[in-house]
Amino acid sequence: MQGLVPAATDGNMATEFHNLQELRHSASLANKVFIQRDYSEGTTCRFQTKFPSELESRIERTLFEDTVKTLNNYYAEAEKIGGQSYLEGCLACATAYLIFLCMETRYEKVLKKIAKYIQEQNEKIYAPRGLLITDPIERGMRVIEISIYEDRGSSGSSSGSSSVSGSTAR
Amino acid sequence: MKNCEYQQIDPRALSVLPSSAQNHTEKKAQRPRRKWEVFPGKNRFFCDGRIILARQNGVLPLTLSLIIVTCGLFFAFDCPFLVKHLTVFIPVIGGVLFVFVVLSLLRTSFTDPGILPRATPDEAADVEKQIDTSGSSTYRPPPRTKEILINQQVVKLKYCFTCKTFRPPRTSHCSLCDNCVERFDHHCPWVGNCVGKRNYRFFYSFIISLSFLTSFIFGCVITHITLRTQAGKTIVQAIQESPASVVELVVCFFSIWSILGLSGFHTYLVASNLTTNEDIKGSWSSKRGAEDSGNPYTYNSIITNCCATLCGPMPPSLIDRRGFLPHDEAIPAVSASEIELPPFTAKNDAHMEENCQDISLSCTA
Repeated sequence: MQGLVPAATDGNMATEFHNLQELRHSASLANKVFIQRDYSEGTTCRFQTKFPSELESRIERTLFEDTVKTLNNYYAEAEKIGGQSYLEGCLACATAYLIFLCMETRYEKVLKKIAKYIQEQNEKIYAPRGLLITDPIERGMRVIEISIYEDRGSSGSSSGSSSVSGSTAR
Repeated sequence: MKNCEYQQIDPRALSVLPSSAQNHTEKKAQRPRRKWEVFPGKNRFFCDGRIILARQNGVLPLTLSLIIVTCGLFFAFDCPFLVKHLTVFIPVIGGVLFVFVVLSLLRTSFTDPGILPRATPDEAADVEKQIDTSGSSTYRPPPRTKEILINQQVVKLKYCFTCKTFRPPRTSHCSLCDNCVERFDHHCPWVGNCVGKRNYRFFYSFIISLSFLTSFIFGCVITHITLRTQAGKTIVQAIQESPASVVELVVCFFSIWSILGLSGFHTYLVASNLTTNEDIKGSWSSKRGAEDSGNPYTYNSIITNCCATLCGPMPPSLIDRRGFLPHDEAIPAVSASEIELPPFTAKNDAHMEENCQDISLSCTA
């Protein structure tokens, strides 16, 4: 089985980020897996933690479940109805909702944290295994899209990273 | 995307699309396009995607003009008399209410109600694949419903043929706007937009403040005319001195019934965590059979329901109107089965060089 790059060390981080950008161009997209929403607790945002069969050979089950559970926790934090959200709601109502024009809502702050987390996961765990997670917000919060890439194999000078790993893997 | 008939999507064509699109990226549009420009629903956008409206405004201009004209007449004709005879707070209170009403109305009309973006072709193909497991060559449309458990209660999710996805619970497809809207309440023609998850609280503030405003104006106008008649004139004389008051009285009288009724109805909906759509369809009414079919979304406490609906966290807009279209989606309208190669334009030599480089790269791959 050919991975794209060896496991990340500190020195490889910069290269790896660069590889992440090239991932879509150098490797070819083999398949996409969609993790659907879990509505068992209502309409709050949760994703199913069931491990899809297509990923069985690509990534360990525990790593995948950790990622999804952390994402679910982030979303639960964003949608939590408690003191802070009431304060935000009442303040917004008192200012005739004009405050939303200048202030960033708590949800948006958590979404930024989620985006950073997903990028970090992609760099550290998923890209080395030829996978890429798309932020659910780009898919309307309906699915977590995981793209599975196949290395194109050893090929000329077109794609530096994948060809290097292709030759080392063989 | 305008085609409402069901088409099976060929997954094999999808993997071809990104690489060929890179080779032949749309070069005619010199500037990057924003996502609102290719939005498939029936919406109109202003201020470069910042403001969203339904295509049919309904009677939003009428609503606005009624409010502005009535308030204008009130401030011009009734307030001077009342300030002299009563208190200066009358126009102050009226002004505050007026500002609140107009801001809530504009906020309701111009906010994305919670539109769900349509499924990407990959997603739609995946949904089909999961359902059509028989592997027969003649395809059939996916079954229309999927049953899930929410808080130990069975809820049916319907498949939306336009958006090509199973609708999340409490989501409904608005035919006027041609969008699936989350927590769909209703499409309000007075406001010219759907009322859904993201703008329900603005809509509620609008109708509550409007009830206060109409009652306030009605009360003030009655007081005004009464004070004039107490000074020794008849009602007819009083009306002749201030004809605008009659206009206001008529408008307020007819609005009060409907607005107060609507406010009461929506207060009931908020307290029981229901939507107009569910209430009208009787989704959770106890009339249906012997099984326990209560509302699975309620918190079983009026205060918690109100707080959750009105003071809950503000969800983000899912349609990302102002985002730029990425390069490999620069041709979104092209169907998967036919990928046309746009001719190279001789306009920009730099782009031509880039194209040639791309082709050479892919040829050596």
